[in-house]
Amino acid sequence: MNFTLKIWRQESAKSKGKFVVYNVSNISPDCSFLEMLDILNQQLIDKFEKPVCFDHDCREGICGACGLYINGRPHGPDEDITTCQLHMRRFKDGDTIVIEPWRGRPFPVIKDLVVDRNAFDKIIAAGGYISVSTGGVPDANAIPIPREDADLAMDAAACIGCGACVAACKNTSAMLFVAAKVSQLARLPQGRIEAKERVIKMVAKMDELGFGSCTNTGACEAECPKNISISHIAKLNREYIKAKIF
Amino acid sequence: MNSLFASSIGKKLIMSLTGLFLIVFLMVHLGINLSLIFYDSREPFNKAAHFMSSNVLIKILEIILFGGFFLHMFYGLYLQIKNWIARGRGYYKANYSQTSFFSKYMIHTAIIITVFLIIHLTDFYFKAKFFGEVPEVYYDGKPYHDLGILVIEKFKIPGFVIFYIACFLFLAFQLLHGFWSAFQTLGLDHQVYTPVIKILGIIYTALITIGFTAIPLYVYYFM
Amino acid sequence: MIKPDPRIPEGPLAEKWTRFKATQKLVSPSNKRKLDIIVVGTGLAGASAAASLGELGFNVKVFCYQDSPRRAHSIAAQGGINAAKNYRNDGDSIYRLFYDTIKGGDFRAREANVYRLAEVSNNIIDQCVAQGVPFAREYSGLLDNRSFGGAQVSRTFYARGQTGQQLLLGAYGALMRQVNEGNVTLYTRTEMLNLVIIEGKARGIITRNLITGKIERHFGHAVVLATGGYGRAFFLSTMAMGANGSAVWTAYKKGAFFANPSFVQIHPTCIPVHGDFQSKLTLMSESLRNDGRIWVPRKKEDAEALRNGTKKPSDLTEEDRDYYLERRYPAFGNLVPRDVASRAAKERCDAGYGVGSGLAVYLDFSDAIKRLGKKIIEERYGNLFQMYEKIVDQNPYETPMMIYPAIHYCMGGLWVDYHLMTTIPGLFSIGECNFSDHGANRLGASALMQGLADGYFILPYTIQHYLADEILTPRMPVTLPEFENAESESKERIHKLLNIKGKQSVDQFHRKFGLMLWELVGMSRSQNTLKKAINEFAKLREEFWHDIKIPGSNDELNPELEKAGRVADFIEIGELMARDALQRHESCGCHFREEYQTDDGEAKRNDEDCMYVAAWEYKGHENEPLLHKEPLIYENIKLQTRNYKI
Repeated sequence: MNFTLKIWRQESAKSKGKFVVYNVSNISPDCSFLEMLDILNQQLIDKFEKPVCFDHDCREGICGACGLYINGRPHGPDEDITTCQLHMRRFKDGDTIVIEPWRGRPFPVIKDLVVDRNAFDKIIAAGGYISVSTGGVPDANAIPIPREDADLAMDAAACIGCGACVAACKNTSAMLFVAAKVSQLARLPQGRIEAKERVIKMVAKMDELGFGSCTNTGACEAECPKNISISHIAKLNREYIKAKIF
Repeated sequence: MNSLFASSIGKKLIMSLTGLFLIVFLMVHLGINLSLIFYDSREPFNKAAHFMSSNVLIKILEIILFGGFFLHMFYGLYLQIKNWIARGRGYYKANYSQTSFFSKYMIHTAIIITVFLIIHLTDFYFKAKFFGEVPEVYYDGKPYHDLGILVIEKFKIPGFVIFYIACFLFLAFQLLHGFWSAFQTLGLDHQVYTPVIKILGIIYTALITIGFTAIPLYVYYFM
Repeated sequence: MIKPDPRIPEGPLAEKWTRFKATQKLVSPSNKRKLDIIVVGTGLAGASAAASLGELGFNVKVFCYQDSPRRAHSIAAQGGINAAKNYRNDGDSIYRLFYDTIKGGDFRAREANVYRLAEVSNNIIDQCVAQGVPFAREYSGLLDNRSFGGAQVSRTFYARGQTGQQLLLGAYGALMRQVNEGNVTLYTRTEMLNLVIIEGKARGIITRNLITGKIERHFGHAVVLATGGYGRAFFLSTMAMGANGSAVWTAYKKGAFFANPSFVQIHPTCIPVHGDFQSKLTLMSESLRNDGRIWVPRKKEDAEALRNGTKKPSDLTEEDRDYYLERRYPAFGNLVPRDVASRAAKERCDAGYGVGSGLAVYLDFSDAIKRLGKKIIEERYGNLFQMYEKIVDQNPYETPMMIYPAIHYCMGGLWVDYHLMTTIPGLFSIGECNFSDHGANRLGASALMQGLADGYFILPYTIQHYLADEILTPRMPVTLPEFENAESESKERIHKLLNIKGKQSVDQFHRKFGLMLWELVGMSRSQNTLKKAINEFAKLREEFWHDIKIPGSNDELNPELEKAGRVADFIEIGELMARDALQRHESCGCHFREEYQTDDGEAKRNDEDCMYVAAWEYKGHENEPLLHKEPLIYENIKLQTRNYKI
């Protein structure tokens, strides 16, 4: 297969970026999207040009490092996958593919397609945990947890922190990311104890970092590679309003 | 509590509550308007309009209503601007994620509706209240503003009818997303009830849209 | 005193750890504040250690090359984590977990370390539940378990197919809490380049900021390496793209012994290689072997027909299929340990019975679907089947999966004593990057256990024993000549790499080397291949340093430069792997020497001569490394030959 790639290139955080057009040919349909970029990069290195930078690590859809905005969709034209799980058979021979970095003021571009997602770490640091230190905890079976709650908590906990929700949202809102953590911990008895402080601190940090607000468009849910539902956002709203009023 | 409204979720909460309040108001407004075409006389309509403008309780509610409108518009715009700022440089390729279609155009439809609202208030509300350019009628010996005739006259202008109907279609955009969205923002989400709320939202939107667009059409063709 | 000295406490096995804790030296709270600890890596071991040390009150600096600690490759572990809770009432105990782990490792792990691991395994589950890890539960609300290879009890705790992710996010949360409280300073997108040793003790590291290229110096009273395995040396593996052996290799070159480098686990159920553009292999969880049956065609002509597509797997009748694991190992069948299953697949493919590209076997669920129904199979393995379909574009409900073994885990690593300290005082090594607990083969669901045991419950104790003698050591300025020298060493290396301006890219070298490593030091090794490997790798190393091509500069985000440093080290690690495999005159666990096998092709262990840990000492660039042998003494366990046939 042959493709025309229109890729965002930007030297550094401070420089102005631009789109550059590349061509790749003889790509196998079984090739993954990132492997296709590897092939492009090999071509560039052959010419002693700088390869296109993009984040990636596990290449099996779980670390959350990869994330490209491909033809108008975070993680490209397939459902429930990360960019690294996207394969070229999803495209037509001869397609032009536009590749952009995640856009959003809290996710500034570092270089080319690499963005800085430290904002997510800061939100978690603000309270996305149960404040338990190592040791001195009760036996694991001391507090039974209804299976339904454990399952719902696990649904939310599946978040990989890739940022596709923010990238997809027209408001650049991080509500799904925050909701996933708040909802996970709020559904477990261990997490209830500091549920109030947690949600207040995390939302405050989210606002402070300049993420937009949620208008319930559902774009995040549609693009979440782990299929996390916006019902968790409702849960976040509920937790927040409750924490502030009562 | 006070810092609740300082947060993004708190501001969304205001949007949600004022939105729900306006949803209720629309029902009342529609009820009164419909009296214009359901009766042969304009009397019930004019009397209702009079009641709405003279009753003390309603006068208080009126302030709240205006407050609701104002807050809804103000925070809607405020949040939208913040959201635009949050994006910074936009995408070259427009996003085409699977999303609630109507949710994408809330600010655009809101601006159209605001324009409508200004025209609407100038045409009817302000005329009656401040300019006194409204003809008077007498029922049981008491003078009333004949707002009914004002409405009928307006609805005889084809351009106005088209504009009026178009605006209500845009309002339908708002309602189709807003109705359910208000509940989501309040955190009211439930496996069983949320789908019910979504259906209710569609029914409500249909009622409001059909009701409000039926009036000018009826007036234009039959009165 | 034997060198290296494992410092195993006296006393009966079951009391060693308790006794150690009771008598070890501690650091008082006021002194903890004065002590700096560097932790490199934020996987299960690194994150849990950094968080725990921060909670204790030490000043911790933690480093990772990823953009967030949450992305460390522990996150990719699917199956579960073992613990001797005996919640099933099926006869589990600390001793049994200890025994299974030693036996699973083919009697090449240290008794005392493994016993301690089994001992603290239960605390890990308690800790993780308290952190909010959503483990699978039964309708009673109590924790669920599943069974894994190599054990007769059900002791594996799991969170769907994402146990590693959930455990890592738990540790990450604990870490971020300490970052928030100011006890831990976090350095992301930062790679360790060099180790600083002052007066014989590890005192700091040199790092490179991957965004700006800035080389920085960091002081620590102790340095903890938690940098994972070096399996990416093979190029194709289930490891993350950035996973590397550079930190441990630097430590090795500065004097830390490297133990059992040739012990690298090959996981039997991975999606096969399907093109030369491929960058990564994807693991399919071991749990699939519970219901899937592994087979290849009985006749070579059928295999060929399947390869060129003239036949479909469903065209073959039962008689034409060879369920070779069930045939060879009737007692364990498809659930033999990883090393055995991997070798058997290779044997069939080498003999010409492979399907797909020739290097694949079938993992067939049709029987299970017939027996249990599609719905149950979907419930059990739905996410794995979906993952398979996304990659291979075939529906495993309808046609059998194709699988082939792939590099997955490193049992070998830095040599550590009972305190998890390397042979460099003050340099500790935890998790996969040490050698200590898995012997020659790791059992499923044991890596997560070890990483968290080291980080939460072992290192925070043992490191204090060391630091207690350091309370009078003031923080050292990073302007000392040792820092200066280490930094210029690293800078020189980068300068050299960037100025070769040769013809071949890093990936071209890496692919070439990876393939050689797989062929010569992979699933099956012989004196010939290993000698050849040592020669070839030395040549390749020369070629690398004369012909590498790296565009860009040091002062920017430059992935090619990062990869070049790692691959340069991989080639050297490969050489040591070959040396290690060559000196071990036996087959054990993952290490299969063609010269040492039974008549029916099973591994033949040599307890007489080979019951030791091979610990390698670096002797300079020009010299061969020196082999030290730490004898393994089994006092509490009876040696036996692993037998999965009857």
